[in-house]
Amino acid sequence: MADTALEQLKRSGKIVVVGASLAGLRAAETMREKGFAGSLTLIGDEPYEPYDRPPLSKQVLLGKGDAEHTALPRRRAIDAEWRLGVAASGLDMAARKVLLADGEEVPYDRLLIATGVRARAWPNEAERELDGVFTLRTREDGAALARSLNAGPRRVLVIGAGFTGSEIASACRERGLEVTVAERGDAPLVGALGGVIGAVAAELHRENGVDLRTGIMVTGLEGDATGRVRAAHLSDGTTLECDVVVASLGAQRNTEWLTGSGLGAGPRGIACDAGCRAFDIRGIVTDDVYVAGDVARSPHALFGYQFLSLEHWGNAVAQADTAAHNMLSESTDRRPHLWVPAFWSSQFGVNIKSVGVPSMGTEIMITQGSRAERRFTGVYGYQGRVIGAVTFDNSRWLQFYEQQIEATAPFPPPFTTVDRRSDGQRPIPADFPDPSVPTHGPTITLSGYSPADRRITFTPAGH
Amino acid sequence: MSHGILSQILDYANRANPYPLYEELRKTPVFHDGTGPYVISTYYDIQSLLHDPRLSSDSRNLAATAGDPLAEDGGEEATALPPSFLKLDPPEHDRLRRMTNRPFGPPHSPRRVDGMRDGLRDIVTGLIDNLGDTEGIDLVDQFAYPFPVTMICQLLGVPREDEARFHVWADTLAASLDPDPDSDPAERQRSTHDSRMELGMYLAGLIEERRKKPGDDMLSQLAVGHGPDDSMSTMELLSTAALLLIAGHETTVNLITNGMLTLLRNPDVLAQLRQDSRLAVPLVEELLRFEPPVQLLPQRTPLVDIEVRGTTIPKGSSMWLILASGNRDPGRFKDPDRFDPHRKDIQHLGLGSGIHSCFGAPLARLEAQLALSELARRLENPRLLEDPPPYRQNAVLRGPRHLRIACDGIRPA
Repeated sequence: MADTALEQLKRSGKIVVVGASLAGLRAAETMREKGFAGSLTLIGDEPYEPYDRPPLSKQVLLGKGDAEHTALPRRRAIDAEWRLGVAASGLDMAARKVLLADGEEVPYDRLLIATGVRARAWPNEAERELDGVFTLRTREDGAALARSLNAGPRRVLVIGAGFTGSEIASACRERGLEVTVAERGDAPLVGALGGVIGAVAAELHRENGVDLRTGIMVTGLEGDATGRVRAAHLSDGTTLECDVVVASLGAQRNTEWLTGSGLGAGPRGIACDAGCRAFDIRGIVTDDVYVAGDVARSPHALFGYQFLSLEHWGNAVAQADTAAHNMLSESTDRRPHLWVPAFWSSQFGVNIKSVGVPSMGTEIMITQGSRAERRFTGVYGYQGRVIGAVTFDNSRWLQFYEQQIEATAPFPPPFTTVDRRSDGQRPIPADFPDPSVPTHGPTITLSGYSPADRRITFTPAGH
Repeated sequence: MSHGILSQILDYANRANPYPLYEELRKTPVFHDGTGPYVISTYYDIQSLLHDPRLSSDSRNLAATAGDPLAEDGGEEATALPPSFLKLDPPEHDRLRRMTNRPFGPPHSPRRVDGMRDGLRDIVTGLIDNLGDTEGIDLVDQFAYPFPVTMICQLLGVPREDEARFHVWADTLAASLDPDPDSDPAERQRSTHDSRMELGMYLAGLIEERRKKPGDDMLSQLAVGHGPDDSMSTMELLSTAALLLIAGHETTVNLITNGMLTLLRNPDVLAQLRQDSRLAVPLVEELLRFEPPVQLLPQRTPLVDIEVRGTTIPKGSSMWLILASGNRDPGRFKDPDRFDPHRKDIQHLGLGSGIHSCFGAPLARLEAQLALSELARRLENPRLLEDPPPYRQNAVLRGPRHLRIACDGIRPA
């Protein structure tokens, strides 16, 4: 057999992974699994080996787990060179080099970018620096917030009632702490699941003793003489005394380091094809730069060829696997990443799961169970087809609805099911807020146009 | 009965090895022979139907059972107990299962099953100590049968002094699930009915006592109830207790017996287990794939016409989901007829899936792990005296009626 370029790459090539978290680790494992014997470098800006994030907003805040003990289990040895605690600062695509913040350069034959997202910080820099003001994304964030909750604050203010904000509020209540949640939208989770489900989430907050304030913005934070936060000013003119504030305002994609590199990267992520190959700024697919995880945005045939970027644990795993496979495959053996988005959360003792893209849905039908019991399945419809589904404490049925989404099944579902109740006989508007109005942000971002639209808008860089 | 392959599956002559019949069946993934049930035999179809909310487990939704050789004869209705959650759909199913789970498992009782570990080990040790004559052990009668009943007594909180009476009722009821063709049907029905009545009265009395003076056992916890769903009525509690008794009983006997049979047929694996009892964990999973105690689910019916692989299954039809066939589907498992406890990808159907997935799974796993690893460790040079062993009549809950083995001695505990 001829010694192809691919075989050479597998035997003695250089692969660099930027981003040492879930997607980066899983990709590295898959590469070794597929017989990659060359040099493998993992670059991460945090000083830790890859760790798991979901426990940070759950067990860790409840004091049931240590932020330090959330290391991701390894599926196999990856024999990599780790460059931890140093951020990538630039990319020279022509010379095939990653530039590091410490001035070093790391050459590659194939590059995988998995730099993920970071928490959107509280916008006011001085207020952000006050003692007691937190965001929650990293292990250090989790440990620091857990410590401040252990100290028994009198009142916690959570700004933003998305999934993370709601989980934080839930943990506070479980610990018996007073907590206020301020949400710009009309209900918790409204950006991800719409107003119908948001109303259920709002009841859940209130019944569990959360002081939930919706349709409200925090206009400023105030510190005391020692630089500790003591109050928040709200857009309704009131002032709230609080000694811990968690800004839970969604995420920002870590792409700034690619500015000027010529890669198709911006605040919405790095555009790539369904095979995880990055686009350059001309919209031309690259041969040697791949993307996976939260930072990627790729077109999905099931969802109108919209570019999806997903902040989902399972997506990071699946996309990393596909990217790693494709990096080591001839073009005809490459696979598309056509994962059906799936997401879960746990709050106030309720298990919430979703599949598909609920936020594309215009209508919702409660096909099983009841909202009043907070044990139900909601199915989202878009232009006469099933596009997403959500369950509250009803997840064992979800696989069926996932298959319905994959099969582009008609909406409303033309059949009955077990546990159909009277309020589930017909669809109602799903009540998503206008996407141009910012809320805490959904966990799925739709950022493309249907090919049928044939529209192009040029947005200059500058975030 | 003219169902060709289905009657062959039910035919006792094929009980020892039904797997070639399943292989034949998988060639027609949705098998239907005119009047009988619709039979589903491939892994992915079964898996997806177990999560399909258009399928009901409530026999009241069955339109006609014409031609279904496993259709119920209404025997249970005679007891006037309400159906257990096994035979109900949501929301009733969810409510009862949830209440039953409260004292049994996470999140409210995370340590119940693990807390039984020492008790289970004591039962296993005692039974092995008393195996007696090592030249002729019947592993079913002397071990696999008494083990789960003693365990259920512990779980429900049956007082030690009542255990002997409880054993007799439980044995009679279990035997009624698997009629011995040689016994007199009328006599059998009478004794089953009497046992059921006596057991029901006994449990009702126990429940009353527990309501007044609750202990830590499951019956007390169920009788008192303190979740958001409140507590069960006495009738609901009786059918739940009956379900725990029967389902936690028949299946475990078969799991352990099938397990020992499989180990004796695979001496290299038996030797590995003797060396390292930790192998019991993956081994029991492979066993649940390879020889599942529940071979098929005959209790499903569609609420509307549904399409499976291009075949329309009409509303109200009887359906069989052959779990044991899905577990040996080469489209899902590599080399499926090989028993390999080191298999990595092993999402079997042995405990079902979806909302009716085996309630007692954590306990069943623990019992089988303890039983098999202790048998492997303590029996010296065990060997089968009869292969295949005589099987029980039942094609659904399949397992040997007796498992005669011999060994050179019994190592001390």
